[in-house]
Amino acid sequence: MFETLASAGRIPEYPMRREPQCPFFPAATVREMTREDPAGKVRIWDGSTPWFVTRHADQRALLNDPRLSIDEKRPGYPHMTRSRAAGAPHHPAMITNTDPPEHTRLRRGVNAPFMVKRVEALRPRIQQVLDGLIDDMLAGPQPADLVQAIGLPVPTVVITELLGAPYADREMFQRTSHVLISHDSTPEQSAAAGRELGGYLAALFAEKMAAPGDDVMSEMARKVRAGEMAHEEALTMSSAILIAGHETSASMISLGTLALLRHPDQLDLLRSSSGDPKFVAGAVEELLRYLTIVHTGVRRIANEDITLHDTTIKAGDGVIFELAGANYDEREFPEPEKLDLTRPARQHHAFGYGAHQCLGQSLARVELQVVYGTLYRRIPTLALAVPFEEVPFAMEGVAYGLKSLPVTW
Amino acid sequence: MKVEFDEPKCVAAGQCAMVAPDVFDQRDDDGVAIVLDATPDPSLHDEVREAAAVCPAAAIRLVEQ
Ligand code: HEM
Ligand code: SF4
Repeated sequence: MFETLASAGRIPEYPMRREPQCPFFPAATVREMTREDPAGKVRIWDGSTPWFVTRHADQRALLNDPRLSIDEKRPGYPHMTRSRAAGAPHHPAMITNTDPPEHTRLRRGVNAPFMVKRVEALRPRIQQVLDGLIDDMLAGPQPADLVQAIGLPVPTVVITELLGAPYADREMFQRTSHVLISHDSTPEQSAAAGRELGGYLAALFAEKMAAPGDDVMSEMARKVRAGEMAHEEALTMSSAILIAGHETSASMISLGTLALLRHPDQLDLLRSSSGDPKFVAGAVEELLRYLTIVHTGVRRIANEDITLHDTTIKAGDGVIFELAGANYDEREFPEPEKLDLTRPARQHHAFGYGAHQCLGQSLARVELQVVYGTLYRRIPTLALAVPFEEVPFAMEGVAYGLKSLPVTW
Repeated sequence: MKVEFDEPKCVAAGQCAMVAPDVFDQRDDDGVAIVLDATPDPSLHDEVREAAAVCPAAAIRLVEQ
């Protein structure tokens, strides 16, 4: 009989390394556990062994189950990194560490700017920003680095405008947010970056309190003045939005482009269907699924005993949900390793699932729809300037991405 | 088809409003979903089923008649 990881008594380390020849796919061990060991365990940085849930159906059931909590302050919570574990006791209550009903209250307080109709209203501005960036790139030297030319600046402009921060401060945003989300940062480095960003945002927030404008920070400033939101919560939310909305969208832009350049038939299809918003929207969902950039799992802790596939997750046990597992689960997505832009993929878990599903998902969707719908149509000759094997991947963060993407046209 | 909406569960992610804009909208102040049409026309049923399927909070329940 095929020897499974569980029967062999081996507990794999997590996060896992991907196979170098297929850097887009989740590690082979993730796929194997989805098939053979749906209630397995992994070993994380602190030596603890949380449960590892990878099937689509199990994630849908458990990520909406009130018996699981996101309270990162509880002993046994499976923290992502040492510095996150060190920081957790100092965080105020916020959407990323509270459960319903408190989570529901906090999230409804910050949700308005991320509503579908509000982000749809940003579409023309995003289009204009992108058109300008493409003009600049085309006027510049070849090869160009698509990460610096398009991938990073699009979300930077969008997030800084949304928050009401001056675009001129983008270098500081990019540097500090990278340190904060990277797995390679020491707790001291993370703390220093957090202080720098925090100090900047506090000063900006004070300006918004004095003279509110039409942006997210001003909206929070009004809530703080009305006593509906704590000052500290507003600051923490601002930095969370900045960090969460930045490298994620940037990664999707550059990785999506690389994946499409590797699949010329799909790229052709997308280019010739660029005028069809429904097709482009579907393509965005499939690329979100195929790439599943958040590759360090979403993490919870059990409040009570929970039965899963004849095993018992005990109260106090940590649980990790590997989103790529669900997005490559053959029961849900046949031939998951195939990039198929016509596949119905909207039920993917790239944004997570349950109450904490990504706050910025509608915004990310609009950004990606504009970019994927425009870039390849405007630059039909876009091509890699180096062999695929030489494109430098950045695997160390919460989300994976590219360090650079050298292109010609 | 009848659309039932469990408002306290809604996390206002807006997937429903994106997938089935004729049937769901979002409240201006906090993004919580609003059902515009609880008995949608059959031509909209596929969209509504998709909205219920992608709702991350399982806040949309459909009673198929
Ligand atoms: C393609 C881009 C993005 C991806 C793949 C992504 C992915 C995710 C995932 C997987 C979660 C769930 C975490 C969990 O369950 O513990 C999440 C939550 C979150 N995301 Fe995103 N995200 C993206 C873009 C954005 C943007 C643009 C913003 C903000 C402007 C944003 C803000 C947030 C926030 C604030 C949360 C926490 C929500 C909560 O805990 O209630 N994200 N994101
Ligand atoms: S998809 Fe579900 S959680 Fe999101 S707004 Fe609609 S009902 Fe609310």
